[in-house]
Amino acid sequence: MTQLNVLEDFPILKQTDKNGNRLCYLDSAATSQKPEPVLRAMDDYYHTINANIHRGIYHIAEEATAAHENVREKVRAFINAGAASEIVFTRNATESINLVAYSWGRQTLQKGDVVLLTEMEHHANLIPWQLLAAEKELRLEFIPVKEDGQLDLEAYAGLLDMRPKLVSISGMSNVLGTIPPTKQMAADAHQAGALFLLDGAQMVPHQKVDIRDIDADFFAFSSHKMLGPTGIGVLYGKQALLEAMPPFFGGGEMIKKVYLRSFIANDVPWKFEAGTPAIAEAIGLGAAIDYLNAIGMDHVSAHEENLTEYAIRSLLTAPGLKILGPLNGKRGSAVSFTVDYAHPHDVAQILDSENICVRAGHHCAMPLHDRFAIPATTRASFYIYNTRDDVDRLLTGLEKVHRLFG
Amino acid sequence: MDDIYREIILEHYKNPSYKGELNPADMSFEDENPLCGDHLRIDLRVDEAGTVTDARFSGHGCAISQASADLVVESIIGKNVEELKKMTKEDVLDLLGIEELGPVRLKCALLSLKVLKGGLYGVPEGHSEFE
Repeated sequence: MTQLNVLEDFPILKQTDKNGNRLCYLDSAATSQKPEPVLRAMDDYYHTINANIHRGIYHIAEEATAAHENVREKVRAFINAGAASEIVFTRNATESINLVAYSWGRQTLQKGDVVLLTEMEHHANLIPWQLLAAEKELRLEFIPVKEDGQLDLEAYAGLLDMRPKLVSISGMSNVLGTIPPTKQMAADAHQAGALFLLDGAQMVPHQKVDIRDIDADFFAFSSHKMLGPTGIGVLYGKQALLEAMPPFFGGGEMIKKVYLRSFIANDVPWKFEAGTPAIAEAIGLGAAIDYLNAIGMDHVSAHEENLTEYAIRSLLTAPGLKILGPLNGKRGSAVSFTVDYAHPHDVAQILDSENICVRAGHHCAMPLHDRFAIPATTRASFYIYNTRDDVDRLLTGLEKVHRLFG
Repeated sequence: MDDIYREIILEHYKNPSYKGELNPADMSFEDENPLCGDHLRIDLRVDEAGTVTDARFSGHGCAISQASADLVVESIIGKNVEELKKMTKEDVLDLLGIEELGPVRLKCALLSLKVLKGGLYGVPEGHSEFE
């Protein structure tokens, strides 16, 4: 079974436009659609057990607390972390990375320390470090991206000689689809005395992750790209690191004891979870994990690899079209391209008239576009609910763009 | 959509009349659309009375922003700088012949106006730079 057939589970994808064209959603790298069981789980929560957690003595509060904490365990198992206490709920991957920068980074990093990133990072794994670098006078260095979209690993080896304190990279480029050898890179970083942060926003939805095998120190991802709702994300951190880090946000829930002029922080992970969390969203994330587990992440990967290979093969037959990033081998399902006769905005607008949703712009990776000396690209990205029919429609849509602009 | 890509827009996009640079120019303004990285520059020649005697635009962008720039530049030649300051969003949409545009594409259509007005009023760039 390499091709999944799950369209039925996604109500939004059954919609048609005024011409009868079914919604063709090719922007899952931005956010995924949500299957019925995820929507129902959140709806059920609000209909039956809505209550604030960790406080109430009454039964629905206890049920809500149990449901929320149960998801922490599901997340732990999903990425094979060692303990549920290593799973911190945040708003999204961006907040997770900011948490590391402002808690671990501000405490640990000193003037002149090197933080090593790559040229293909999403702004979420770039700006937090720029902000901290300005505050602490850090030095940011970047692993180059080669013309074929792969990281320059020889350059990486050289950059490690600078003894960075942190190596922070994406597990899959949201523009190029590049999948770096994260396990080897983590080992190399550790060898050089650095911690390793992995931005898993584009990785967790699409492949089986064993975070202890990769041996990342920190791991960040978002629920909304993996069939779950917006508003909740995850920071995984190794227990000892999380325990040594100061709180990021202050407020209720993150404390054990409060005096007028001081407080004692709660244990991890709650130390980092000030205020009422996104309870319904956590429950939605739990349902998304159940849904993905029921399909099996190996099947998810196989479906996407098959479809991405078909998409690249098809796109390369279109006139004047150039794909950024790896054309073959192990790569993610985000496929960014340019056509030499039209601007990405115009491409996306015309595709929209055929009820096809693609992304146009710099995809929150402006420096990467500078690297390839192009202002913007059009990106199609695939997930479990996409089929070859979607790819064929994309190609037909591009023919229309060519007729208008070519 | 088919409304947006009217003949007039495609024509001004594919065969712009005022694309280029003025060397020397009396005034040069530039700005970007941060959503898409599109970049636009407008050069003006202005006589002593403050009348625009010549103008050109350069940069890169989508059909809407490029056609808009060509039409806006065409429309300002012969006008007084004080008049240009009074140009509105509606004026630009009239030039393009578009009645409605989504919020994202509206930014494309109005980039030329933003460059022109930002330059004339000397609006500082609204971003800070970190090393």
